Amino acid sequence: MTSEGAQSGEGASRLRPAIGELIIAIGVLLLAAVILWQTAIIPVSPIYAKVGPTVVPYITALGLAGLGLLLLYAALKGGWQPEEEKETVPDRPALLWVVAGLALNVLLITYGGFTIASIVLFICVARGFGSKTILRDAGIGAAFALIAYFGFAQTLGINIGAGLVENALNGLFGLDPGS
Amino acid sequence: MDAFPQLMNGFAVALTWKNLMWCLVGTTLGTAIGVLPGLGPALTIALLLPITFKVDPTAAFILFAGIYYGAMYGGSTTSILLNTPGESATIVTALEGNKMARSGRAGAALATSAIGSFVAGTIGTLGITFLAPVVVDLALKFGPADYFSLMVLAFVTVSAVLGSSAVRGLAALFFGIWLGLIGVDLQTGQARFTFGLQELLDGINVIVVAVGLFAVGETLYVASRYRYGKDEIIPLQGSLWMTREEWARSWKPWLRGTAFGFPIGAMPAGGAEIPTFLSYYTERKLAKRPEEFGKGAIEGVAGPEAANNASAAGVLVPMLTLGLPTSATAAIMLSAFQSYGINPGPLLLQSQPELVWGLIASLFIGNVMLLVLNLPMIAIWVKLLQIPAPLLYAGILVFATIGTYGITQSWVDLVLLYSIGAVGYLMRRYDFPTAPVIIGMILGPLAEQNFRQAMTISAGDWTVFFTRPLSATILVLALLALAGPKLYSLVSKPKPEHVPGDA
Repeated sequence: MTSEGAQSGEGASRLRPAIGELIIAIGVLLLAAVILWQTAIIPVSPIYAKVGPTVVPYITALGLAGLGLLLLYAALKGGWQPEEEKETVPDRPALLWVVAGLALNVLLITYGGFTIASIVLFICVARGFGSKTILRDAGIGAAFALIAYFGFAQTLGINIGAGLVENALNGLFGLDPGS
Repeated sequence: MDAFPQLMNGFAVALTWKNLMWCLVGTTLGTAIGVLPGLGPALTIALLLPITFKVDPTAAFILFAGIYYGAMYGGSTTSILLNTPGESATIVTALEGNKMARSGRAGAALATSAIGSFVAGTIGTLGITFLAPVVVDLALKFGPADYFSLMVLAFVTVSAVLGSSAVRGLAALFFGIWLGLIGVDLQTGQARFTFGLQELLDGINVIVVAVGLFAVGETLYVASRYRYGKDEIIPLQGSLWMTREEWARSWKPWLRGTAFGFPIGAMPAGGAEIPTFLSYYTERKLAKRPEEFGKGAIEGVAGPEAANNASAAGVLVPMLTLGLPTSATAAIMLSAFQSYGINPGPLLLQSQPELVWGLIASLFIGNVMLLVLNLPMIAIWVKLLQIPAPLLYAGILVFATIGTYGITQSWVDLVLLYSIGAVGYLMRRYDFPTAPVIIGMILGPLAEQNFRQAMTISAGDWTVFFTRPLSATILVLALLALAGPKLYSLVSKPKPEHVPGDA
């Protein structure tokens, strides 16, 4: 959504394909292919020949395929990102910390319960953003998770899986599952 | 229909203690999330969607509208003091506002933006009051084919015209439409794109997508470049009381900004970027001292801020009268309507007068609350900016997880959330707009429904979209919106040079 100005920059990179953009374009094309394939296997009763459940999916798949080709073309011509953006290397360790937190959260939430999973997530994300005070983060994360659990979730009536900590805290209000 | 007595009834609804409380909660929360970088109204309303199971629709929409308006006020505080515009519509505010803050005039910048937002919000809400019944009269003549074309127009403008690239915007839109298609087809009972997963039969919840894109994706993106730039918070300086000169320089930009913002927001195309930019350039042209622009001209804050808020009000017109959301936030509000089993559209004003007019009245009240919240109490909000980023983003992700896991308690939803977060990260990284995904996801199924109805009525004749005058006109407009900028650039540049990024 930003800085279209830099795009008009003429440079040596113009003819060099941009790897990142190339992968994105191929991803879009792959998605289009998957949609096409999945649409083709939807059984359609002949009554619905023209207004059936596959018309809009086909339009979507073709639209994405066309756009994917345009993206591919742009990527081969050097990509659409401004130079400055291309040269910014993502902070891998930071990303890894956040991703690790998310993965651990999925694993822990079913077994360890929401509070434990949240604390771990909180610590990992904070670490990813450069925080070095693990114990303090754990404390804040725990407070935050419990406030969120009792305040936010109970008020909204959404039922978060209670685990060890929640049960220990006797967090059983009249839970009514949302949706 | 006479709007005025209806509006008075609306005030009767909005002025009950309970609804005033919802309005206060909404505006306060809205200001807070507007101020906090990384949080926006679409995300917040998505996380609060489960509330629709608990409270009556009027209360819920008063809350949501408060958040929606509040985020506009709060957002300008951040762009002025922090120079990190949360959304493209506040880029312009940051342009001049941050410069003003740097030269010690933060107070005046905040004041002109809050008062300008109030003026624009109030005029804009008045605009809704009188425009909505008119649009309804028009919309009652619409058939399914016309609706479908109207949605196509909204799709095109939202994704292709407003962003930096038509191709990337449309790709995001189609991705959203596809997400919306997942699940059981309501007309034939046929499962689509469920990949054999039981969890997907009901479709993907919009909460998962909105939270994935706006919370998880955003956090990943910020994490990936956090160490490159430290934002500097500029302390609140300067009197919040504007001088006589500042008033004199502000009031015309407020009104002109409103005049740009509301009509453009109210069009089925929507978008706050265009009116804010128009307002900025107009003010720069009309200013007595144009040389101040770029160095902190108060007109450059007053006008765009007003335009931004007026267009936010305008967006509610097609949302309420046509069921046509033109921003991510409006799309999520539409899904809240769906969760109540209410169909926004021309009949909404008749079938739910309490809801609609109560909502509009509460917008007036909310604007007053917001003025108070954002001027005398501004110091409190500035404190929010001092929350350290590690804690802020960790908190955002914990909240995102609660909001999603709580819906179904299924780890599949969590995996989906994080996967969409990964997509959101890539979209941010490679400059794809994310709002069209949400709009496509919510509006896509409605467009499909209208498409199929129109096709059924016409007995499978595709030409129906071109033979109905209204539908044909709208489609031509959509085509112009899509091709217009390209044609224009061909005409204005005699030798068409290839621009690599122009995908």
